[in-house]
Amino acid sequence: MAVPTGTLHLAAAIDGDGQYQAPYYVELARLAEEGTLDFITLDDTFGPPGPGRGRLDALAVLARVAPATGRIGLVPTVTTTHTEPFHVSSAVATLDWVSRGRAGWRVEVSATEEEARLVGRRPAAPAGELWAEAGEVADVVARLWDSWEDDAEIRDTATGRFVDRDKLHYVDFEGARFSVRGPAIVPRPPQGHPVVAVAATDPVTWQTAARHADVVYLRATSPEEAGRIRDELKRRAVAHGREPGTLTVLASIAVDLADGEGAAGNAPPVTLTETPGGPPLYRGGPVELAELITGWHTADAVDGFHITPVAPRHDLERFVNGTVALLQHRGLFRTFYPGATLRDHLGLSRPAGRYALEREAAR
Amino acid sequence: MSRQHKQIHLAAHFPGVNNTTVWTDPRSRSQIDFDSFEHLARTAERGLFDFFFLAEGLRLREHNGRIHDLDVVGRPESITVLNALAAVTERLGLAATVNATFNEPYELARRLASLDHLSGGRAAWNVVTSSDAFTGENFRRGGFLDRADRYTRAAEFVATARELWDSWPPDATPRPFAHTGRHFTIDGEFGVERSPQGHPVVIQAGDSDEGREFAASAADIIFTRHGSLEAGRAFYADVKRRLARYGRAPEELKIMPGVTLVLGDTAADAQEKAAEIRLQQVSPQTALLTLEQIWGVDLSGYDPDGPLPDIDPDPDSQLTQGRVRHGDPLAVAAKWRALSEEKGLSIRQTVIEASGRQSFIGTPEAVAAQLAEFVAADAADGFILVPHLTPGGLDDFVERVVPLLQERGVFRTAYTGTTLRDHLGLPYPGERG
Repeated sequence: MAVPTGTLHLAAAIDGDGQYQAPYYVELARLAEEGTLDFITLDDTFGPPGPGRGRLDALAVLARVAPATGRIGLVPTVTTTHTEPFHVSSAVATLDWVSRGRAGWRVEVSATEEEARLVGRRPAAPAGELWAEAGEVADVVARLWDSWEDDAEIRDTATGRFVDRDKLHYVDFEGARFSVRGPAIVPRPPQGHPVVAVAATDPVTWQTAARHADVVYLRATSPEEAGRIRDELKRRAVAHGREPGTLTVLASIAVDLADGEGAAGNAPPVTLTETPGGPPLYRGGPVELAELITGWHTADAVDGFHITPVAPRHDLERFVNGTVALLQHRGLFRTFYPGATLRDHLGLSRPAGRYALEREAAR
Repeated sequence: MSRQHKQIHLAAHFPGVNNTTVWTDPRSRSQIDFDSFEHLARTAERGLFDFFFLAEGLRLREHNGRIHDLDVVGRPESITVLNALAAVTERLGLAATVNATFNEPYELARRLASLDHLSGGRAAWNVVTSSDAFTGENFRRGGFLDRADRYTRAAEFVATARELWDSWPPDATPRPFAHTGRHFTIDGEFGVERSPQGHPVVIQAGDSDEGREFAASAADIIFTRHGSLEAGRAFYADVKRRLARYGRAPEELKIMPGVTLVLGDTAADAQEKAAEIRLQQVSPQTALLTLEQIWGVDLSGYDPDGPLPDIDPDPDSQLTQGRVRHGDPLAVAAKWRALSEEKGLSIRQTVIEASGRQSFIGTPEAVAAQLAEFVAADAADGFILVPHLTPGGLDDFVERVVPLLQERGVFRTAYTGTTLRDHLGLPYPGERG
């Protein structure tokens, strides 16, 4: 007898090596949207191109994709080490405005000396320190999103006031590495808080993830391993005073659907292969992948999957038209978007602004 | 019609955080919803404008220790909005104002190159600087730069960005770059392939001597307040003369004042509308507040319909924060008093008279003639139009004035290129040797 499980969540990376053309990203985003996936991600690094052809700023790409799509969530990687927290807050809030409530951001750090030299402002630092700072950035960014109450803009012609200044708040944040006075320049975004994601693939990220993330991806090769990490993350979230249900845990897998037409029954048993530095690799057909997803989800190991197609165009197309279609057919995955925002897709409520709550409480 | 006429360049400014925006008008819509940006950008593209221009905010303005609440407040972050607009426009240039004080060259060069790629070569950067510790309170580094350092940092910032863009030659792998200067010491490889324009177009706003020199050395467009015909011609001649010092031809820098427009069916109708708009822009509260910004003291006891105060301004006042102060307050106050006495104007009337920028007011025919005259007389290469309504403020202009400019042969009837450099007739930067 299967354990009762929650809604299945699916997300896909649309990373492209050296892809500079907007239509490439729009095509993949629309494909993922046809599959009613919760969101797409686009990876980024601050740093030099390395052996490849470099890459575009991920938030820029997903802002370009926003008007060309209607429902799918948009989650770029945004690094926190060499950037200004105030700018990060403004850019992610703006992505939420231009997408009408579909923005998220994956928090990431820049730990290398190579990246530090591109800015020349501070030396490289240990990952633990950078992740603590990333947590502070996530914290101040959320405070800035709250610094405008939802009804701060009043347009009161009788008194000539455009805003009610009592509903705009200084955040007065003092971190170990920075301070921010506030309020934000960008009014509170449509989702209140755009969705915060952390790739919790290394224990060094767990504390920040458990405290600040709405979505985490983890790396595991079995449902048992995934369940253990998920339990640990949820335990830490509870220790930070959070409801465990507000943390959506996805398993990250790389997906290669090049082989196998998905002749269910004859296929070899489905396994995941460990890959150095990346998510475990699934190689096989789309039907067996649907079996794997169903199995992990039914075992209540994870809330869903974040897939990275090995060959984005080909594998995402097969994933949507094969795996997702089958999951939908079985009633395990949605066939339409019941809501408009990324928070709606994830079943997360829109948070009330903290300053508005404080003001109410002080009455 | 002859194509010999000097062609006018037009750009659209999205009305933002200032008292030129008449938010009390029932036609005024959101200053933040994407629909508003899309409407104005599509209007500008329908009018075959060169580019769409966004200002920047990094700290909410304060007055007398409190957040200023009379004008439009709140705006999205420019580069992100422009990337989204790249999806709903095809040819229009996309210009973002981004501060050189509170950003770093590598990061900003990367974001601008990304916008240039994603828009197919339509990106522009309006370089501004800030010196005040007030704005710096939102940033890691704080606000320690004095006025002189602002410009040296900005100049080094632009030069460094260009080194980064040039380090990735067309159809080649990136070369390592190393920049050692007073403000930046950075090295590595640039992470974004060379973008369609090579360098996004650089815009600079500057009326001071330093600003003019910086523009002559480093900018493709200068955004100015010198709107009147005489002041415009003097400014134009001065700035164009400076270009030779940097080995640049006069047409490599476009001079574009920010101007407003009021159209009417008759001249009298237009004048009446213009006067009504000015009254909406300068409410009694705004009039007093504008005066306090110059005087630097609390003037709340004064009657906006009465005479100007006879006390002198406090030049060291911190009463107003986050707003650029133009000129020496004692000199401005003396000028305003003289104006008020000469014409017998109240506080509100003086503010209206003294704070307006160049405005073209009249029938569509008259406005088209004036715009053409300014450009033909070398008072400008074109204009950045600042509408007073969000986002429909340029609808009438595009429908009624643009066709008249086209009939006169002074404005394009179709885009002839795809990039902003094409629209502006600017050269493409070659790679460095």
